[in-house]
Amino acid sequence: MTLLWLLIIPIIGGMLAWMSGKTGTQVPRWISVIALTVVFGLTLQIWYQYYSKIDLFTEQAWLIEFERAWIPQLGISFYLALDGLSLLLIALTAFLGIISVVVSWKEIRHRVGFFHFNLLWILAGIIGVFIALDLFLFFFFWEMMLIPMYFLIIIWGHEDKRYAAIKFFIFTQASGLMMLVAILALYFVHGNATGVFTFNYNTLLGTEISASVAMWLMLGFFVAFGVKLPAVPVHTWLPDAHTQAPTAGSVVLAGLLLKTGAYGFIRFVIPLFPEAAMQFGFIAMILGVVSILYGAKLAFAQTDFKRLVAYTSVSHMGFVLLGVFAWNELALQGAIVVIIAHGLSTGALFILAGGIQERIHTRDLDRMGGLWTTVPRMASVALFFAMASLGLPGLGNFIGEFLVLIGMFRENIPLTVFAAIGIVAATVYSVWIIQRIFHGEPREKWQMRDLNLREMVVMAAMMIVLLWIGLYPRPILNTAKPALDIILREVEEVQMVDTWDSDLEF
Amino acid sequence: MSATDITALIPFIILAATVLIVVLVISFYRNHFIAALLTVIGHAAAIFVLPFLTNAIPRHITRIMIIDDYSLFYFGLLTAASMIVAILMYSYLQRRETQREEFYVLLTIATIGATAMVTSTHFIMLFLGLEVLTVSLYGMIAYLFTYDRPLEAGIKYLILAAASSAFLLFGMALIYAETGTMLFSELADVFAPGDGVRNVFILTGTGMMIVGIGFKLAVVPFHMWTPDIYEAAPAPVTAYLATVSKGGMFAILLRYFIELNVYTYETIFFVFTIIAVLSMFFGNILALLQNNVKRILAYSSIAHLGYILVAFLAGGALAAEAVTFYLVAYFITSLGAFGIIALLIHNEKEPESIYDFSGLYARRPWIAAVFTAMLLSLAGIPLTAGFIGKFYALTAGVGAALWVLVIALVVNSAIGLYYYLRIVVIIYSTSEESDQLSETDALAQSISFTGGIVLAFLLVLLVWLGVYPEPLIAIIQDIAGRLGG
Repeated sequence: MTLLWLLIIPIIGGMLAWMSGKTGTQVPRWISVIALTVVFGLTLQIWYQYYSKIDLFTEQAWLIEFERAWIPQLGISFYLALDGLSLLLIALTAFLGIISVVVSWKEIRHRVGFFHFNLLWILAGIIGVFIALDLFLFFFFWEMMLIPMYFLIIIWGHEDKRYAAIKFFIFTQASGLMMLVAILALYFVHGNATGVFTFNYNTLLGTEISASVAMWLMLGFFVAFGVKLPAVPVHTWLPDAHTQAPTAGSVVLAGLLLKTGAYGFIRFVIPLFPEAAMQFGFIAMILGVVSILYGAKLAFAQTDFKRLVAYTSVSHMGFVLLGVFAWNELALQGAIVVIIAHGLSTGALFILAGGIQERIHTRDLDRMGGLWTTVPRMASVALFFAMASLGLPGLGNFIGEFLVLIGMFRENIPLTVFAAIGIVAATVYSVWIIQRIFHGEPREKWQMRDLNLREMVVMAAMMIVLLWIGLYPRPILNTAKPALDIILREVEEVQMVDTWDSDLEF
Repeated sequence: MSATDITALIPFIILAATVLIVVLVISFYRNHFIAALLTVIGHAAAIFVLPFLTNAIPRHITRIMIIDDYSLFYFGLLTAASMIVAILMYSYLQRRETQREEFYVLLTIATIGATAMVTSTHFIMLFLGLEVLTVSLYGMIAYLFTYDRPLEAGIKYLILAAASSAFLLFGMALIYAETGTMLFSELADVFAPGDGVRNVFILTGTGMMIVGIGFKLAVVPFHMWTPDIYEAAPAPVTAYLATVSKGGMFAILLRYFIELNVYTYETIFFVFTIIAVLSMFFGNILALLQNNVKRILAYSSIAHLGYILVAFLAGGALAAEAVTFYLVAYFITSLGAFGIIALLIHNEKEPESIYDFSGLYARRPWIAAVFTAMLLSLAGIPLTAGFIGKFYALTAGVGAALWVLVIALVVNSAIGLYYYLRIVVIIYSTSEESDQLSETDALAQSISFTGGIVLAFLLVLLVWLGVYPEPLIAIIQDIAGRLGG
């Protein structure tokens, strides 16, 4: 039941926020904050409840399950389940959700009720993606979060919002349909082989698929998750969408929506098609490295603050792709830490970009400069997150990227070297952000107020979590471990059968 | 004809009686409200009796009709759609200066034709039903004969539909000349060996029938009439054309294909595959170029017929289920979308350009929400019936491994999104951007109460089928299973 509440609360909260929009602007905001705080509280409660015994879940990773028949004729059930991996991501979702409501407090002034409706429904869709273990249900949530995101960009976005919103929608929707076709094909392959037509993840695991078919199906999933992640060359929607979205939209996009792609790789692509994923792994890792380097290079070429941060996302998410397809425990742990730390650090940079735009109505780096004396608090906060983004030891991103690189090193040394260059590039663009905005000669005489208490609280909360992950990542690694172990073990079994087969041939 | 035959025909008798009563009433006392009310009551009564007929079916009535749960299901669907059109037309005609009452007579007759067509097991009944439907449609399209455009559309439709009927009839005649029968069941035996289609008469006959059927379904390359006539006809009539007229034809086509197992004939299968792919691509790409909402919806309906054909060509019980579900979803969505256009009529003018809808959300948020839901359903987005429909069609396509069609469907869904979203963008644009664009201020006035209820009803149905389709699927699966078996 708890799992159901995780979905129902934001959904109902969203509707209430919309309906209360007529009464003024404050009520929807408070409703949203309360709803998300309850969700966050629930997540923490589950975490607290299971953390001590999480090592016991070695055979079956699901801490909690919830299943009801939905469309039994087609083998579709309303099946929710939660393991350590989903738990971490839901905690991140609720946390960033609260933050995005708070940062929109002053920014969003019209249609406040509808804004919060959309925000909460996106979050509900994302939570749904993280806990849906029926493939149809998963797809349902996967598509469900697109519409409110589209509205968020198109109604409250910046100057070029229409183009960005439509591009975002068509990219994600079209790739999603490819995944749907792959899901359906898997459904029929399994059904025709066993006579059981079902979309249940647990049942579909270990379906016998011929190698060529498995490759096609794997690619169907890969495209959908690759677009969301995003991986070069299907990343082009991201800079537009991130730049044009309102601050809360950018935070949710960078912090959470991209993570659904990463989650999809770990949860679906590799466990469902281990052999195909292994074969394709090298190409995927190359795509990862290309994303890291190309994203960093493009980031360096931007003059628009939000666009710059958007390209750094492409670069950072390349590490996730690497970590996932390196497919050993270290790299996977690293990928998960990158997912969480990137959500926080990039989210914070988008909040700062939004804050600057709200104050001086521009995102153009060429028009900034020398702002340190005007807004010292904002500048030092920005410095902190820029350092996090470049992977300063002691902060979360470092742990993640370091683990990915160690894990990667075992699999492929040349690619690791190229990926490591990405960290150098990250240093360059991160320092460059600070240099162009806060140092040097002021180009225009901006009068702006510094971060107020509300903004400082938000920033402080994000800093604390990043520091915590950077200094003591153990709880996070422990929570994800049983889930990852089970997934890894299944894949290893496949690999062992493989080597066994090839031994026989000799 | 026995008493049981009469029992099985009760729904049709009720509709026919409705026609007579309305005619009699308006010849003595003209009142728009009473005529509309009687029509709606007649439709409702015909739907109401359907569940009580389960004992009388399946039943062959003479050799040309069959009343089974399949035909009754479609009877219900078509009649319900027709009833909604009647309600929409009531609001629509209230705001137009014309003779109003006769419309309901034409509407009910057309519905009798469409529903009778679905019951046919014989070419004669098929043709009879089709002509009753089509001839009434001439009148309905040109009903506002004091205006040029509906009149022109009516004449266009008359010429083209008559030509297509001639094709259909000629095709039937050729097949009859060769086989000596017009019964579907006996044709199945003739077709059975598999070399029947190599016979030039049967091949030509089938080809001509495809022309006739293709015209009615408005699939490429028989689609040319659609945008013009959709645009010029009164919006509720357009809704009727898009739903009842197409749905009835599709229902009988499905029965015909399954009973004759036409799927095994590669030539026909190939022809329909090409029609499906072309319909999807032409429909969607041409829709991208339009600025008139009714034309966009017309092209989009061509594309949707292509989607339905994907499910249809999959064959077997799953195809029947998928087609039926898709049709239900498509009915709800089309009625909703055209209904909104009909209800926003203002100063004798329908909102036509997409820019007429700019700022709709700011002015009339509820109507904007309904319209958005309908468009999203057409685009196949979750929480709407259209999503389950598209999912079903894809399931059928993948299940039968029709990869070309499946890929075409996926690509076209992406193309289609663009023009649906384009309308959505305009609906949600803020009014300062759009003031100079909107010429007809169709959004300022309120819609009628009955119209509002219809829209609310359609919205609830749309979301309900999108979230919890299980009951409808159970019914459809039951019917489709029996049709296939």
